[in-house]
Amino acid sequence: MKTILVIGNGMVGYKFCEKLMAKTKSEDYKVVVFGEEPRPAYDRVHLSEYFADQNAERLSMAPRSWYEENKIELITNERVTDIHRGSKTITTISDKEYTYDYLVLATGSSAFVPPIPGVEKEGVFVYRTIEDLDATMAYVAKIKAEGSPKKAAILGGGLLGLEAGKAILDMGVETSVVEFAPRLMPRQLDNDASKVLQRKLEDLGIEILLSKGTQNIEGDKAITGMKFSEDETLPVDMLLVSAGIRPRDELAKTCGLDVGTRGGIVVTNDMKTSDDSIYAIGECALLNHMIYGLVAPGYDMAGVAVDQILGNIEAAMPTSIDMSTKLKLSGIDVASFGDALNENKESESIVYENKFQGIYKKINVSKDGKKLLGGILVGDASDYNMLHQIFLNGMKIPENPEDLILGARGGEEASFGSALDLPDSAVVCSCEAVTKGDICCKVEEGVTTMKGIASETKATTGCGGCKPMVNDLIKETLKAQGVVVKEIVCEHFEYSRQELYEIVKIKGIKTYDELLATYGKGKLGCETCKPVAASLFASIYADTGNDHNVIQDSNDKFLANIQRNGTYSVVPRVAGGEITPEQLIILGQIGKKYDLYTKITGGARIDFFGAELHELPLIWKDLIDAGFESGHAYGKSLRTVKSCVGSTWCRYGMDESVSFAIEIENRYKGLRSPHKIKGGVSGCIRECAEARGKDFGIIAVEGGWNLYIGGNGGATPRHAELLAEKITNEEVIKYTDRFLMYYIKTAGPLVRTAAWLDKIEGGIEHVKDVVIKDSLGLCEELDKDMAGLVDAYKCEWKEAIENIDEQNNRFAHFVNSTDGDENIEFVSLRDQKMPKLWS
Amino acid sequence: MNSILEQYKTLPESEVTTWFKAAPVSKFPENGGACVKIEGKQIAVFNFTVEGKWYASQNVCPHKMEMVLSRGMIGEDCGTPKIACPLHKKTFSLETGENLNGEEYSIAVYPVKVEDGFVYIGTN
Ligand code: SRM
Ligand SMILES: Cc1cc2nc3c(=O)[nH]c(=O)nc-3n(C[C@H](O)[C@H](O)[C@H](O)COP(=O)(O)OP(=O)(O)OC[C@H]3O[C@@H](n4cnc5c(N)ncnc54)[C@H](O)[C@@H]3O)c2cc1C
Ligand code: SF4
Ligand code: FES
Repeated sequence: MKTILVIGNGMVGYKFCEKLMAKTKSEDYKVVVFGEEPRPAYDRVHLSEYFADQNAERLSMAPRSWYEENKIELITNERVTDIHRGSKTITTISDKEYTYDYLVLATGSSAFVPPIPGVEKEGVFVYRTIEDLDATMAYVAKIKAEGSPKKAAILGGGLLGLEAGKAILDMGVETSVVEFAPRLMPRQLDNDASKVLQRKLEDLGIEILLSKGTQNIEGDKAITGMKFSEDETLPVDMLLVSAGIRPRDELAKTCGLDVGTRGGIVVTNDMKTSDDSIYAIGECALLNHMIYGLVAPGYDMAGVAVDQILGNIEAAMPTSIDMSTKLKLSGIDVASFGDALNENKESESIVYENKFQGIYKKINVSKDGKKLLGGILVGDASDYNMLHQIFLNGMKIPENPEDLILGARGGEEASFGSALDLPDSAVVCSCEAVTKGDICCKVEEGVTTMKGIASETKATTGCGGCKPMVNDLIKETLKAQGVVVKEIVCEHFEYSRQELYEIVKIKGIKTYDELLATYGKGKLGCETCKPVAASLFASIYADTGNDHNVIQDSNDKFLANIQRNGTYSVVPRVAGGEITPEQLIILGQIGKKYDLYTKITGGARIDFFGAELHELPLIWKDLIDAGFESGHAYGKSLRTVKSCVGSTWCRYGMDESVSFAIEIENRYKGLRSPHKIKGGVSGCIRECAEARGKDFGIIAVEGGWNLYIGGNGGATPRHAELLAEKITNEEVIKYTDRFLMYYIKTAGPLVRTAAWLDKIEGGIEHVKDVVIKDSLGLCEELDKDMAGLVDAYKCEWKEAIENIDEQNNRFAHFVNSTDGDENIEFVSLRDQKMPKLWS
Repeated sequence: MNSILEQYKTLPESEVTTWFKAAPVSKFPENGGACVKIEGKQIAVFNFTVEGKWYASQNVCPHKMEMVLSRGMIGEDCGTPKIACPLHKKTFSLETGENLNGEEYSIAVYPVKVEDGFVYIGTN
């Protein structure tokens, strides 16, 4: 039996053991691991989480019992001091001696502390081990106990420095980051990206000082300041040095292995050092004249060393090693990949910058416009995974490469399509080297949850950056398998919306709980099936959010649209857009009284924004007292029937479009449907009401009205199609009633009339047959159902206010206090107000 | 703004030192949520009436830092009780706080108990 000694039990040393055990039986090799730190290997990448919970267990890579089960002897708290290559032995600090056949150096690196005079002073720390963090936290506690406000500095504005800065700030100490270079993360970002990042950090409260060389650390025993020049000193109470890393090559040096001039144990791409029986892996290894300070390449190195020892002499590190990185600060998105700085000048850059929102995106595209070579994302890194994959796999990019960062304008689809387009060999989780193929294969075998995939493949268990992509792969694989072929509502109901409509109606089911208990699965339902049921109760019984409160989508629940900052908007109905000066004055007074941002909507009425939850009933009481009604701007229901001024005033008008629009709007107000419905009535074919862009459009022509259906503005615009020509007012209403009711009965959840008409077999001709010729014999029922709904209309805001239960008020922000939400912040905008921007 | 998030850390029941008396059970909607103010913090409490269970979490949604989770919709995902944020319907497990859409951010969850018709939230 051969003996493998592993020096260093860090992330990579552990991964070596794990990979070895996956490929061989414990009986084949005797493995002894030495670790200088007191505890078994832990996840250094997530070290800063220890600041928050001091839970070392959670960071552990594997418990001691794992080593025991695999018959690996783990000796912690024991530094190896010498390697005797002649006798193939090593000795440890406590003078123990061990013989090896193979020796693996996984000694990692230590934090680099620049030789600034005074760095040895009390209050100066590094950021590498749990013990470093314990010491830092103890010092923070000590200085904070002194009372006066304290200040810390971080030396180094790189990836780790920023992470450390945030951690110290979170401990309640004012923090400055001091960087020698003129920009932050100088190895990953360019100047403009750095500026955007700087602003974000400053918004968090971290001071950023660039182009600062530290000459001296001031203070007697403990640090009191950092001196940058004769006349510039930054007073600080502590300093955390994060100025880079130095590979731990001291053992290699003393036993005469080749090391690089600036440190690092020289290895070839088979991970062998200059001595054939000694390997070096991880952050101590100098490969291609580089130290790779990231875990993913370290893990690859561990795999190569395992294969080599097991006799696969072909195993080697790839020629190009990916150094893409994403910053892990909550709330701050920063990522860079590939040749981010265009150092080789091989590419052209496309840059998008939005100073208003603090977003900077840059991609470097090969000169022929065909390949993505690298990029930088600050402020919004949501596309990082996909862009990174496109780069790694040399995938084809869109004809207009800018679509990669701007999105394909003019459609909702992401310009890079679906995660399923990736080649099977694409490494999705680089920490654990899990490919797209591995993941999709498991999904096909029936592992369809994030948790399942994590335990089966280990994907997402490292840095976690691949989670969104794994999630997409699960969803899209399932979709491609046709798992959702039948358009069932969700996991709780094996029925389509249309089927549920029939069930609810025929069985007379009146509540969600009853529906779930009799036709659903599970006890609780979810945010997909609940609103569908709510919409059915509304479309069948004219029940509203007042009746079924907790199953409504948020807007229906509070009868108002929730806005960006958790406040709401208020839109009273202004049928046909006709409004008296008196009504306008009242609206103005109400807007003023509650300090609401006020705007004329695209639906030709007035919208108030910025109402807090508890203000809604007050505002609506005033509106209702003045004769207004709910405008249902929040509902999947009739919104507006837009009109042009028509023959009342217009010299071209063929009929009274305003009167008719008002009549129609009042007829369908409150009507609940699978998606929102909008109408338009124009007085002539000049079409000033844009009626053909609406779900139903009515246009006055010589000899009557033309009725069009299935129009849409929005994301996929579509002109409405002609349903009937030159018909009377009564006929317009009859056919519109039937068309709407037929749509309500048969459409899927959140499908607008345009999409419904596109999908329905037979298209417009079929609808004509059903609503005009009564080909399905449905008309009587459609007429009756619509008449019932029109009769059942009540203003739900009026109802809500009349029934307010002071004891149990759904419009109160708190159950145990009458306060509002103090986190809501507004800023001013052109004499009005708007929500403070999302950071 | 992120300092808001730092105020909320999942609290295991074993580490509860005080039970905050929030409000009578009758103040909480059945099968729904409501928000409780605890010394400047906002805790969303969810009443799973069908199962007779209660859960609590931070009220702030980590997606866009709005104080809105109590206004979201409760439900289950393969047996895990969850809350869907009213703003963009990101969903979170109410047992662990884990993000169920596969994104990185999660929420803090707290123990809840009901005694003599009152709802109590575990704090320390
Ligand atoms: C306020 C308003 C913009 C404005 O300031 O003018 C507006 C605001 C919103 N629109 Fe709109 N839309 C408004 C007119 C329109 C129009 C123009 C129109 O109605 O003539 C359109 C294109 C026409 C159409 O719908 O076909 C329009 C197409 C959309 C869409 C895309 C729908 C689609 O089928 O693709 C959405 C998204 C959705 O409904 O899913 C949307 C969704 C929204 C929501 C409700 C988003 C949301 O869920 O929060 C916005 C809420 C604001 C609020 O709380 O009031 N809004 N929206 C307009 C309100 C009209 C009204 O008086 O009720
Ligand atoms: C705060 C922080 C955040 C990070 N974030 C990221 C990130 O987001 N992404 C990323 O890819 N990487 C990140 N890294 C880097 C990553 O942690 C390292 O690349 C990785 O830990 C390297 O593993 P290693 O095993 O080579 O070295 P280490 O983990 O340092 O392990 C080496 C071990 O060997 C021990 N040792 C050394 N000499 C001896 C000896 N003579 N005898 C016995 N034991 C010895 C050391 O004590 C140490 O325990 C981060 C690092 C830090 C500190
Ligand atoms: S649509 Fe015709 S009637 Fe109406 S305003 Fe325009 S031109 Fe006049
Ligand atoms: S703010 Fe909660 S999901 Fe976006």
